[in-house]
Amino acid sequence: MRITCPLCGDRDSREFSIRGHETYLDRPAPDAGEAAWDDYLHLRDNPAGETAELWYHGAGCAAWLRVRRNTVTHEVLKVDLVRDVTGGDHAD
Amino acid sequence: MARLIAKSAASGLLPIRIGTVTLTEETPAAITALMPFAGKPRALSVALKAAHGVAFPGPNRSSAKGGTRVCWSGLDQAFLIGDPAQADLADHAALVDQTDAWAVLHLEGEDAAEVLARLTPISLSRDSFKRGHAARSLLGHMTALIIRTGAQGFTILIFRSMAATATHELDVAMRGVAARAALQPPP
Repeated sequence: MRITCPLCGDRDSREFSIRGHETYLDRPAPDAGEAAWDDYLHLRDNPAGETAELWYHGAGCAAWLRVRRNTVTHEVLKVDLVRDVTGGDHAD
Repeated sequence: MARLIAKSAASGLLPIRIGTVTLTEETPAAITALMPFAGKPRALSVALKAAHGVAFPGPNRSSAKGGTRVCWSGLDQAFLIGDPAQADLADHAALVDQTDAWAVLHLEGEDAAEVLARLTPISLSRDSFKRGHAARSLLGHMTALIIRTGAQGFTILIFRSMAATATHELDVAMRGVAARAALQPPP
């Protein structure tokens, strides 16, 4: 699998590591309640098809990326800098 | 007062020459990470141009003026390699002295790209990785900053602690390329 980093260009997947589903970008408020935190931390779909995940370009530019890809075909559909997705805000 | 002995990162290991390729160590006077403050990249670039004659580079780019090189080194970061950064750059960016954190290796020769291609996953073709291009990528298992400095030359920055491993890996690759070349009779 290859990922086109918005900064570095087309790169081998060995340069990246995966964090998980893009759910991690929507961190609940501290007082959001157990259900919201349970959902945020533990509950994930396991789609056969398109999904969006967070990847870290650790052996490259050190940017966090949101990668839209197809888990069946391994096709990478779209890659964005997380900074551009969130407007530069981050929860922690 | 103890008298300290200055040692370069690859002291005693380099230079080596195998086949058409030489691997040498460079010892720039300073390496400074420049990380522009929010909204300040343009102001930093202007100040950098005035102070050192080089503009802040875009992603995957590097340029040099005199003995000083500036090289993109990641998200919102560039390295100034050579002269120590002038103090007024601190108005626009966080400056971090990384001089002793890196080993700076230089690979030069007809088969330099073939040697490097054995160790890094990026394309080194002259069409896609030209003089003045730079990349953060891997050299074996080590993260590296690779800069093409000429048609047959690459400068490679590796974490200082990995200088011996990097030198060994490159030495093995150089031997492999030279051995293969020796097997092929000239046409």
